[in-house]
Amino acid sequence: MQEIVVISGKGGTGKTSVLSGLASLGPGKVLADCDVDAADLHLIMHPSVQKRHEFISGELAHIDPDVCTDCGICREYCRFDAIDESFRVWEQSCEGCALCLHVCPSGAVRMEPRFNGYWYISETRFGTMVHAALLPGAENSGKLVTTVRTEAREIAEQNGIDLILTDGSPGIGCPVIASLSRASLALIVAEPTLAAVGDLKRVQELTAYFGIPSGIVLNKADINESLSGEIEDFAREKGLPLFGRIPYTEGITRAQIEGLSVTEYDPDGLGAHMRGIWEGIRENLETESASSSGAREEPTS
Amino acid sequence: MRIAIASGKGGTGKTTVAVNLACYLQGLDREVTLVDCDVEEPNCHFFLPPEWDFQQAHNMPVPQIDHEACQGEACLQCARECRFNALIWMVNHIMTFPELCHGCGLCSHICPEGAIGETTRETGIMRCGRGQGIQLCSGSLNVREAMAPPLINRLKTFAPERETVILDAPPGTSCPAVAAIHDADFVVLVAEPTPFGLHDFKLSVDVLKQLGLPFGLVINRDGMGDDSLLDYAEREGISVLARLPHSREAARAYSTGGILIDEIPEFFRQYQNMTQMIQAAQKA
Repeated sequence: MQEIVVISGKGGTGKTSVLSGLASLGPGKVLADCDVDAADLHLIMHPSVQKRHEFISGELAHIDPDVCTDCGICREYCRFDAIDESFRVWEQSCEGCALCLHVCPSGAVRMEPRFNGYWYISETRFGTMVHAALLPGAENSGKLVTTVRTEAREIAEQNGIDLILTDGSPGIGCPVIASLSRASLALIVAEPTLAAVGDLKRVQELTAYFGIPSGIVLNKADINESLSGEIEDFAREKGLPLFGRIPYTEGITRAQIEGLSVTEYDPDGLGAHMRGIWEGIRENLETESASSSGAREEPTS
Repeated sequence: MRIAIASGKGGTGKTTVAVNLACYLQGLDREVTLVDCDVEEPNCHFFLPPEWDFQQAHNMPVPQIDHEACQGEACLQCARECRFNALIWMVNHIMTFPELCHGCGLCSHICPEGAIGETTRETGIMRCGRGQGIQLCSGSLNVREAMAPPLINRLKTFAPERETVILDAPPGTSCPAVAAIHDADFVVLVAEPTPFGLHDFKLSVDVLKQLGLPFGLVINRDGMGDDSLLDYAEREGISVLARLPHSREAARAYSTGGILIDEIPEFFRQYQNMTQMIQAAQKA
């Protein structure tokens, strides 16, 4: 089983467009959208939802106003400022730690399971897709990412499918860390801007720490040739394969508007780039699996 | 006044808007603090190369177990009650997993033997400095750390309060974004006129409605896609604060860390308009 996780550090470099372009190619696969708080892959894949599951994770404190004596002890102890002056729990700040439950002298606090969103199993023209939608402002995105990936892996195993394509989140925090454990390849989509080069270096430091083999796709490559050169130097220095250079093109946006993968929208232009990238990845995965070391497992919060 | 710059989707231009708005307001002789709350990938400093004059580590509390005093297997209350699995019984002792700890203090509180104290560990740094006359405060989460919100919350109290505070939020709609924007007086949502942009904009609107915060829309790279974002804003009665044109010139200036209001006159006019609309919304 091989899983390619598309990440970028900086947002908006083209993760979902690149992933959709690759989804059109190669062998049978399961798709996983792990950008759970701003999932967009479904806008290209048009999934037909087969099953919807509630995502319940963590807890939320509730204070019963009839039992509460307004003593204020919970407010003193809560380190997340999650309890307001009238002793209501502020959902966005409550971490569900239950300290208030333990310190309340009147037994006014109860902990309840927290409903954070949904995850789905769907069918698409490129294969089964597991995706999710975190409720606005909700917590536990890392756990939802783990849920989506675990399910995608099970579906792949049950159906004898050897490839999972996973769309990751921007950043380097909880959801990104959760998307990397056991990945065969972190495909980092970079763009030649000062900000994105800085972000690329941070996200590469992360994949290196977890021992996840990584490679780069350079998007919007002709926006700034000198920074593109810097990214190529960086790739060489870190021993990262550069799988392709995609020029800045309106085609990426046009494909989105048409609801098509970039390979479907522009088979000769963008499609040719995608085929080149896919070939590079395929060769890389073959070499990597020949000398497989097994990535480090990491717990996620 | 605290103005947060946010977006559901990444890479829509939050940092560009935050930096250019800060520069515009600074040009009006306002005292501006810009707080870079995107601690996973902080980028404001690329545009306002500051002289950093102050730096402080951000520390999170983590449990420290006195194994002599611990009752061990006879108790295990800490391991049972920790909601984050940050304490686990390992054969003959309690082991802590600092990366999973939320620093809530529950274990120290409930340990009947008083065997759990606290120590701290560094999860990031906060820096302050000045660039182009603007006070910039920037947080940077250490690579490998999962939890951005505590650093974001701390950074916001660390930044000097001024007449105008601009908060550059991380992308998304979950806890890091909420931590950055929840106490703002006004939120500028930056979105691109594309299907992904529209979809993620709607998610952001949901969050802001839940938080009860006033907000407006800045359409960035206007003209790159279609009209569905503008149509949606009009239908929903969301005020459009600015339409920043899609241009290769702007993209190139951005790529090298340029300030667009200095380089392209049309951008200056757009920020002027944006500022007037934010002020009008505040008075209303």
